[in-house]
Amino acid sequence: MVLDNFDLLADDMFQCLDKDGNLVAEDPGLEDSMLKDMYWWMVLARMADEKALSLQRQGRIGTFAPSKGQEAAQIGPAMAMSSKDWFFPAFRELAAYLIRGIPLENVLLYFMGDPRGNIIPDGINNLPIYVPVGTQVPQAVGAAHAMTLRNEKNAVVCFFGDGATSEGDFHEGLNFSGVMNAPVVFICQNNQWAISVPRSRQSASRTLAQKALAYGIRGIQVDGNDVLAMYVVCKEALERARRGGGPTLIEAYTYRLSMHTTADDPTRYRKEGELKEWMERDPLIRFKKYLTSRGIWTDEWQDRLEGEAKSVIDKAIDTVENMDPLMPGDLFEHMFEEMPAYLRDQLEYLKKCLDEREIEEDAEEIQGGFP
Amino acid sequence: MMMNMAEALNNALDFEMGRDANILIFGEDVGLNGGVFRITRDLQDRYGADRVFDTPLAESSIVGFAIGLALNGFRPIAEIQFMGFLWPALDQLSSHASRLRNRTLGRYSVPMVVRFPYGGGVRALEHHAESFEAVLAHIPGLKIVIPSNPVDAKGLLASSIRDPDPVVFMEPKRLYRADRVEVDEGEVLTPLGEADVLMTGDDITLVAWGAMVPKVIKAAELMAEKNISAEVIDLRSICPYDHRTVHESIEKTGRAVVVQEAPRTCGFASEIISRINDTEIMHLKSPVMRVTGFDVPFPFYKMEEWAIPDLDRIIKASREALTW
Repeated sequence: MVLDNFDLLADDMFQCLDKDGNLVAEDPGLEDSMLKDMYWWMVLARMADEKALSLQRQGRIGTFAPSKGQEAAQIGPAMAMSSKDWFFPAFRELAAYLIRGIPLENVLLYFMGDPRGNIIPDGINNLPIYVPVGTQVPQAVGAAHAMTLRNEKNAVVCFFGDGATSEGDFHEGLNFSGVMNAPVVFICQNNQWAISVPRSRQSASRTLAQKALAYGIRGIQVDGNDVLAMYVVCKEALERARRGGGPTLIEAYTYRLSMHTTADDPTRYRKEGELKEWMERDPLIRFKKYLTSRGIWTDEWQDRLEGEAKSVIDKAIDTVENMDPLMPGDLFEHMFEEMPAYLRDQLEYLKKCLDEREIEEDAEEIQGGFP
Repeated sequence: MMMNMAEALNNALDFEMGRDANILIFGEDVGLNGGVFRITRDLQDRYGADRVFDTPLAESSIVGFAIGLALNGFRPIAEIQFMGFLWPALDQLSSHASRLRNRTLGRYSVPMVVRFPYGGGVRALEHHAESFEAVLAHIPGLKIVIPSNPVDAKGLLASSIRDPDPVVFMEPKRLYRADRVEVDEGEVLTPLGEADVLMTGDDITLVAWGAMVPKVIKAAELMAEKNISAEVIDLRSICPYDHRTVHESIEKTGRAVVVQEAPRTCGFASEIISRINDTEIMHLKSPVMRVTGFDVPFPFYKMEEWAIPDLDRIIKASREALTW
């Protein structure tokens, strides 16, 4: 087993595919259809991500957090999960959301500032995006402990980034998970940057995976740009968790090829050579090489996938740009199971103000005089 | 059965745990030790270590862990040992517990109780006597419940446990063992968000919650000896805040004093006075007075009786209102 054989102190990194797409570990024996699905999600996520970036530049969506370059780190785990497992995201997991069944429409709506982006379809055990860094970690442990108490054979997957490993909630949460022996798999997408702060300024630990040792849980560093490695390791960690074998910390060693969000400019802090080097390690290129060697990938198939992805994306954009408008009531809904009187009063006040606008929007003149 | 507040709280937890197997209790020292104030005494024996257990010493994760359990079908009751140690958990309360229902448009809810002792008057160490309810009241989406007597302690805690949304339950530790009164051992449910008029009167309205309530009752009794009829309102919860009861009382009396143990600036008394300003300005015969703690850290215990509003200050403020 990969996890049992991994030495956290040896500076190893687990790979199935080297950067040229050659198999360098035991063949995981996945069906062609599974490999094709993996590549489909890569193409869709990459194209949706690039489209969202361009929509932001056109002013059609707001601040967006791109995930280009991190597709493999997300697709492996998301495909290793069962639909009964729970998923706690951070905020840069587009590919994982899509695989888990969150419509692309919702992702776009979220970044358009529309709360309907956070609607999670029934039957999908996902939590919404977690913006305050690392705060999802203890909650994931609680949700996992609920599974233990009910004797369910399910598990929780919790994503966060390299920056989150500096947060108290990360340390507390991992410590809790060990004490509770919770069925949870932590996936740290180490994309080397927390906005402008490099990985070296987050921790003096040689690897982030090593932190697992201190909490008495399993840990492993995986090549996060290798979708097969991410799949194999996450699958094994999930199976271990379901058997009562406890939590695992997986450090997915990857790279953010884009910016933190559209509100920042990585050229201010990132050396050009670094980006170029990582572009060559693009997870899509690597997996394409592997699929080519297996006789799966062809130009024609690529064209077909891109055509399908484009139609999914176009349809999503059309839907989100033609949504019914939000109403003032939406601001006050869902605060509690029942709306308390003070919120009803505040809602009525807002509606009244909107109905009796004092300032004409065109003229900016106050209607009526002061005494 | 005669119970003090500590026993009534233990009895509420016991009754509710017996009723609903999804209720869990956890925190620091709540298991074998039964809590540092013995509020969870004997519950681990009765319901087992799966349902009543000790956690690592980490407040943020105690609350975060509770949120995760609540999201996934349980009814957690998390104990924070003292309010002074709640701060690391504020992120979990304000960023998540209070808003997960709202941000998922009702898909998820967080039915949990975070309970802890608060307030001074027991000669405690530093950081063991804070009253920061107003900080919590500023977070939309939380209910904040504060009992002042054993009967309400039982009924309000049971209602908090059954509530579909997150409730912060603040226990005035100086009243844990203050009085023994008759408390029903069976089901007791006191609705959240309804103030209780403990004494009726026509001359002045006294508003308080938690540990200040017995002091305000005492003040009203002293005023009665001077033929001043004071109405005493125990809010019982500050979120939701029952302004209707305060409003109806002030319509009658035209004068009010609000008493809080917490520091003065931006305390919940300020909110109450602001609400009175919205609705009662034409009924007021004098400005609304407030008696509060001071804008200093809760002091070392040799000075704590200066920091906490006392009978003298309540009488003084009432006299000012009555003679304006």
